[in-house]
Amino acid sequence: MSNYLKLIVLGVLTVFFMIAAGYARDLAYQVHAVILMLVAGGLFLSTLRSTDEPVAAPVTGEYLDGVVRAGVIATAFWGVAGFLVGTFIAFQLAFPVLNFDWSEGFANFGRLRPLHTSAVIFAFGGNALIATSFYIVQRTSAARLWGGNLAWFVFWGYQLFIVLAATGYLLGGTQSKEYAEPEWYVDLWLTVVWVAYLAVFLGTIIRRKERHIYVANWFFLAFIVTVAMLHVVNNLTIPVSIWGSKSVIVWPGVQDAMVQWWYGHNAVGFFLTAGFLGMMYYFIPKQADRPVYSYKLSIIHFWALIFIYIWAGPHHLHYTALPDWASTLGMVFSVVLWMPSWGGMINGLMTLSGAWDKLRTDPVLRMLVISVGFYGMSTFEGPMMSIRAVNSLSHYTDWTIGHVHSGALGWNGMITFGALYYLTPVLWKRERLYSLSLVSWHFWLATIGIVLYAASMWVTGIMEGLMWREVDANGFLVWSFADTVAAKLPMYVMRGLGGVLFLSGSLVMCYNLWMTVRRAPAKEASLSVAVPAE
Amino acid sequence: MSETGNKNTVKIQEGDPNTTGHEWDGIMEFDNPMPRWWLWVFYATIVWGIGYSIAYPAWPLVSEATSGMLGWSSRAKVEAEIAAVETANAPINAQLEALELAAIPGHPELEDYAVSAGAAVFKTWCAQCHGSGAAGAKGYPNLLDDDWLWGGTMEDIHTTVSYGIRNEESDDARFSAMPAFGRDGLLEKEQVSQVVNYVMSLSDTPQDASQVAAGAAVFEANCASCHGEDASGDIYQGAPNLKDAIWLYGGDYETVYETVWNSRYGVMPNWDTRLSEAEIRAVSAYVHQLGGGE
Repeated sequence: MSNYLKLIVLGVLTVFFMIAAGYARDLAYQVHAVILMLVAGGLFLSTLRSTDEPVAAPVTGEYLDGVVRAGVIATAFWGVAGFLVGTFIAFQLAFPVLNFDWSEGFANFGRLRPLHTSAVIFAFGGNALIATSFYIVQRTSAARLWGGNLAWFVFWGYQLFIVLAATGYLLGGTQSKEYAEPEWYVDLWLTVVWVAYLAVFLGTIIRRKERHIYVANWFFLAFIVTVAMLHVVNNLTIPVSIWGSKSVIVWPGVQDAMVQWWYGHNAVGFFLTAGFLGMMYYFIPKQADRPVYSYKLSIIHFWALIFIYIWAGPHHLHYTALPDWASTLGMVFSVVLWMPSWGGMINGLMTLSGAWDKLRTDPVLRMLVISVGFYGMSTFEGPMMSIRAVNSLSHYTDWTIGHVHSGALGWNGMITFGALYYLTPVLWKRERLYSLSLVSWHFWLATIGIVLYAASMWVTGIMEGLMWREVDANGFLVWSFADTVAAKLPMYVMRGLGGVLFLSGSLVMCYNLWMTVRRAPAKEASLSVAVPAE
Repeated sequence: MSETGNKNTVKIQEGDPNTTGHEWDGIMEFDNPMPRWWLWVFYATIVWGIGYSIAYPAWPLVSEATSGMLGWSSRAKVEAEIAAVETANAPINAQLEALELAAIPGHPELEDYAVSAGAAVFKTWCAQCHGSGAAGAKGYPNLLDDDWLWGGTMEDIHTTVSYGIRNEESDDARFSAMPAFGRDGLLEKEQVSQVVNYVMSLSDTPQDASQVAAGAAVFEANCASCHGEDASGDIYQGAPNLKDAIWLYGGDYETVYETVWNSRYGVMPNWDTRLSEAEIRAVSAYVHQLGGGE
């Protein structure tokens, strides 16, 4: 019966998208309508073919790990794709000739830049968060994921969102809000997927067999709930036409800017910080095989972090049309945020007390620990840069880019790599990783890459900031903007090289993970089925 | 159960603090207190935050926000900085505006000031088209040489900067228009080709030397009235000198052909509504001293 209902819905959707492709008012919308038509049509056919097949009894006894395996693959894939685009656009900035005439309008810097940011944050980071949260919430709740195949809907729905967002950027379908570029129908789809994600996660926690909710799950839940709120409020737009991608935001002027950076900063705070702290709170104690350093600290820094982070956004708008009072509050909350952020670092690092010697022998643990180190550095640098006086030098310069990347490559990247190294042998039931020395290679390639990146951006950012503001004795500017651009070339090349190293490290990881699945010895059969405790 | 190489460790070691008694998938938690230094720094930032938000505009009330004990405002601050510079430069700007234009270059006190002020104006407003080094680009004149379309005296440059060229905003903009000889049917294709070869022969090698003689006749009948009998141009109507091998759009056959066929219509904005008289004089002096001022 439910199959017939599914067939009707999918059939109607296929026809609807066919009509939409015909009426499309712009290319991005048309390509998206065709993609959606193919997806709906394909699902229609596969449902039709399986209609009279016997239905397998739903599995309930063991953990749902297939979706986590898929998430591990998607994370690695989108990671490499995102790093590749990032490295390419780094060289486009150094050598503008790489904005080829023939690729103008889809592969010039302006089109590729949001592709890079969304690929690394939402495709790589998002898949990492979904996969690890699904893994961790099952293990720490001793319960199978709630909702049957809903978890698979979340996974594939999220991939569809990524494909629609990415193709949209290349074809010019963007609402021009940083980190929130996808147009209205892509936003609506993500909302549906995200609500399903919340349902799966919350459903699993509600069915948990442990009395308490583990700290990692607090962070994941804060991340899922807050991102839903941010996404909806920042994307309140009115479509110009149901047959076109263009839409108009409901927020006017400076209020739009404020909502945008309330969103933008909390995308960092809840997506890239709270969510990844959830990963940290599971994988570090597991890999170090030591208890978490302080339960009290985890409670206090969790609540402090989520209460304070949400107010920090206005520091992106110092010295703009934003009123001074809002700018002050953004700065004050950013500075007060320093210690709550560091609470996570302390709990991560101190969990190693009594196990520091493992850093010598375990490159995966080394990766997890350096990620916490980069986290601590970025969460000190951030509050410092939010101070108005510092910001008047740093804002709009490459210093900001360096800051973001020491966080994104160092913290989010490294902890995700560590998680993938942990998860792959477990999920594919291997005794160990294929090669620990390749992990070491990855560690050093990535670390040196980040250092080159961050150091060159500090130098070039502070340099251009000083050049922009330099005035002579009569108060006249000394440099033209083009002079500052020309002066940055050596650092831009260095930054590109850092990107090449980081990208190479991730390719080494992919090879190592692939060989782990193919070649590493299998685990004994008795341990091979993961079953909830009790 | 740990997966990669940690098999020999004991989870809880001797001397460890108490745990909270919870356990999830083998993960336990120590009952350690929060680090004191962490807590005190956290308190300190909160106290500082309260103090700072009293000193500076911060807390939104019903109709407006608190303005802060220090009376600080980002707009007032930048206005004060601008006013300070303007006050400091006011006497010298007044002198600059009072002086005869032609007397500025070489003036003992004013030239240095005018050139550095003019350089800043140029880097802000002119570099986008003429380049930060003023070397120009295709369609945008090089200002470093002594080849002037509309004249290179202080007066000429000042007029060009003030009113611009062929723009629709200023009634005093310099204006002239070359006919689109090919597009508007004034010349046949063959005649265009001939005159292009003739023009090329004035400074370089023509593409087809056999057409030069015929081209000279076409030139005399159609072009000489503006560019002059000897093709040396006319600064009173912005007609370029065609003999000096300096090209605004390019001197190869295709580009010159394109110029004759479709003509060109370079536009420069007027700056009299955007810059002060002193700034216009300063940037004129800057451009004048770049190398080609007359």
